[in-house]
Amino acid sequence: MGGGFRRGRSVRDDGLEYSADMLTPLTVAVAVAALALAAWCGFAAYRDQPTKDWHFAGMAVVTALALVQLVVGVVQLARGEKPDGGTVVFVSYLLGVAACVPAVGFMSLAERTRWGSATVAAGAVVMAVLQVRLYDVWGGGHG
Amino acid sequence: MADPPGPPERPGLNRGPGRLLVTLYAVFAIGATSRSVYQLSTRFDEAPLAYVLSAVAAAVYVVITVALVRGGRGARRVALVCCAAELAGVLTVGTWTVLDPSAFPDATVWSDYGLGYLLLPLVLPVIGLLWLRRSPAGAGAA
Repeated sequence: MGGGFRRGRSVRDDGLEYSADMLTPLTVAVAVAALALAAWCGFAAYRDQPTKDWHFAGMAVVTALALVQLVVGVVQLARGEKPDGGTVVFVSYLLGVAACVPAVGFMSLAERTRWGSATVAAGAVVMAVLQVRLYDVWGGGHG
Repeated sequence: MADPPGPPERPGLNRGPGRLLVTLYAVFAIGATSRSVYQLSTRFDEAPLAYVLSAVAAAVYVVITVALVRGGRGARRVALVCCAAELAGVLTVGTWTVLDPSAFPDATVWSDYGLGYLLLPLVLPVIGLLWLRRSPAGAGAA
């Protein structure tokens, strides 16, 4: 489903043009943050350590970014933009992204070993992969 | 999760490394199921074989996830059978897609041995089988 369909960008002259494609940079930001979290927690797992307070702070930051992305995505939809891959798929991906890190965060609370850290790292990698898919579904890469 | 109030020491399949395994299986279960529901309900006619296989894969992932979380003796057996089925499925469908790509107008989770999913569909059942063999309390030994 490569981006053939172009979303209408009718909102040009009223100062909204920046937000018209705010989602793509945000997608990159979330992906980078998720990978950083994955590396950090992966390192903790490598050093045989459970997740600690700072890791949870990192998870909170990444989750907050994902929630911002969810809100921005829904606002874009409300403005009448159409994701290439369909609205249902787009919203599902946004929700999945937002749920990723909290879910593994709880897992690591119950698993106070290196494997808890590894689980968070895996969840963060999944989140980064979902960002790539989200980019496709949104129709990024169009001109 | 919901441990019965019996013996507190219930070495489950979802402890330690098992936690990571269960998480990955849960991701695949949720991802494959939602994808499958969407495909079957919106465009089944485009690639019936691929979508039916995806649905089967999704069901297998769900069963394995549940079995690993529950972790009793019966669940162990179920997980063992399903992991073996999953491995067989990945190998069969993977080989099939390589030999006859035209049979699959759209990809399944198991196409090309799961290459589109970082080969995890191939790796997970192998690790799952190993984990089922090695995890604590195999057949009441502990």
